[in-house]
Amino acid sequence: MSTVVSKLSDKGSINVARTERLISGALGSALLLTALSGRGAKRLTALGVGSALVYRGFTGHCHAYEALGIDTACGATASDLDRVGVEVSECFLVAKPVEDLYRFWRHLGNLPRFMSHLKEVEALDERRSRWTAAAPLVAGGLIQWDAEIVEDIENQRLAWRTLPESSVDHRGSVEFSPAPGERGVYVRVELTYAPPGGQAGRWIAKLFGEAPEQQVRSDLRKFKRLMEAREIPTIEGQSHASCYGLGQLLHS
Amino acid sequence: MKAVAWCAPHLVRVEEAPDPAIINPRDAIVRVTSTCICGSDLHLVDGFIPFMKPGDILGHEPMGIVEEVGPAVDPDKIKVGDRVVVPFPIGCGECFFCQRQMWSCCENTNPKPSLGETMHGHATAGIFGYSHLTGGYAGGQAQYLRTPLADVNLQKMPEDLTDDQLVFLSDILPTGWMAAEQADIQPDDTVAIWGCGPVGQFTLRSAVLMGAHRVIAIDDESSVPERMQMAREGGAETIDMNSEDVPYRLFEMTGGLGPDSCIDAVGMESHGYHFLGSVYDRVKTSLMLETERPHAFRQAVKCCRKGGTLSVPGVYGGFADKIPLGAIMNKGLTIKTGQTHVHKYVPKLLDEIRQGRIDPSFVITHRLPLSEAPHGYEIFRKKQDGCIKVVLDPAA
Repeated sequence: MSTVVSKLSDKGSINVARTERLISGALGSALLLTALSGRGAKRLTALGVGSALVYRGFTGHCHAYEALGIDTACGATASDLDRVGVEVSECFLVAKPVEDLYRFWRHLGNLPRFMSHLKEVEALDERRSRWTAAAPLVAGGLIQWDAEIVEDIENQRLAWRTLPESSVDHRGSVEFSPAPGERGVYVRVELTYAPPGGQAGRWIAKLFGEAPEQQVRSDLRKFKRLMEAREIPTIEGQSHASCYGLGQLLHS
Repeated sequence: MKAVAWCAPHLVRVEEAPDPAIINPRDAIVRVTSTCICGSDLHLVDGFIPFMKPGDILGHEPMGIVEEVGPAVDPDKIKVGDRVVVPFPIGCGECFFCQRQMWSCCENTNPKPSLGETMHGHATAGIFGYSHLTGGYAGGQAQYLRTPLADVNLQKMPEDLTDDQLVFLSDILPTGWMAAEQADIQPDDTVAIWGCGPVGQFTLRSAVLMGAHRVIAIDDESSVPERMQMAREGGAETIDMNSEDVPYRLFEMTGGLGPDSCIDAVGMESHGYHFLGSVYDRVKTSLMLETERPHAFRQAVKCCRKGGTLSVPGVYGGFADKIPLGAIMNKGLTIKTGQTHVHKYVPKLLDEIRQGRIDPSFVITHRLPLSEAPHGYEIFRKKQDGCIKVVLDPAA
């Protein structure tokens, strides 16, 4: 993670990273809105915490961080990944020929078909690509970064990392290795990333069920399903009865 | 369309629901011509399986006519107008398990595997109308059904056989057959079967067809005499669990050895007699400390001969207490179980039906219009009016 201990930070100076400030501001505003409709102790708490978060987002200064000697503003740069990155690794058995799996993945435009947060990946040239992802907490709802392929061994391994000036910072690889007998291919994905908004961002993400560990697992499973079943089974949009609200009433 | 909806525990209603539409490219829509109520539906209605949401459409034993196909359905396999049986588990045909004919273990068709992974370590295949633990797919007690991956799942049926002869290929006929097959029956074997419901009926007849020397069926003569009679007609001897000491009778019938194979065709809502355990389980399940009442299973373990096989087609969902692991270990028992790999057995069993060796329609006691499904559930659950199997007609 991107926390850096800073004993020299001046009182009142910026010690919160940019993304984390955005998240703070957004959460704080949401809490203040809640406070408008709340009551009693709940309202007071929402008001207090909400104002603190908005202040923190607006000024970029966090008193708690200062007291703890934490500074996320001088967040990770590409060279920090080794030191502060969070690593995620997942592996699924896919019962398909390795050539098909590698080819599908190497065509980076396919990635949004199984990586649920990605909107688009556009190849800029043989090695470089531009990635667009949904980011609900960021103004405009989209973030964009450039990445390059740093290793490409046909039917075995593909590794990439973000370019230094990108707004997100991660590197990743996918490895295809033969499973015993006729079982197919072990597909292993490894990601190292600097969590947006530092450790705090990671906690918030977890709170909303968006922990990257789960995300990688769910995305890789979708890859397996696309390859094996040729589509991703779903019940979204299926027909459903209403029970006229009776069921919910009795159930609760 | 009309559909049978789960609204709350013990509350099943016929509701108006939107007609299903093609969602994925390999979906098909089936117009349901016959659909049944299964004993395992009762577990959902009685609230033994907690992952139900109000408005979920029930049912996993349908057959019908293909009404519409998605753009990627293989036309050599499934076309509009085909008459099909819909197996209750949904397979992909390509994963490790489907390739090995273990269709109910398919890795790809359960849209929400995290629930099963948390509870059981792994998730089952998607199953129609069978709670969100198995994917939350809308079920087949409806006028229309959306079926995913139609070209590997829908089983084409010939025109010269009736719905009554074919519809049980969707679940209970293969389930009974697989239960007997897993019991590893040898020519001199005695096979004991707990439960004379529809699955028990097919299991005991399968055991007879597989050449068991002796088949013994166990149930309650005073509350379900018609089931006991049906078992005797199918070639089984019967033991009345209500008036007889089941272990004593089984040991006595086998010279002390015990049955070579024991089959639990009852599952999680087992009612026991003369046994403190059943009281214990009732108390614990009502306090939510246990999800099953494994009385039949415990008795099967106790009675099975040393080195014998236990086959469990009865459905369990969560956690059971007082499983006699010591008996299982010291007697060297083998346990085989699983949701049925329906697709594996359909061709063979369809052939058995065509050859006239099996006519599964004998279990049907009630035919009702879909709109009377709640009444069907009621008489099936309470075993009233001699009810053994209810078939619903969505067009009536």
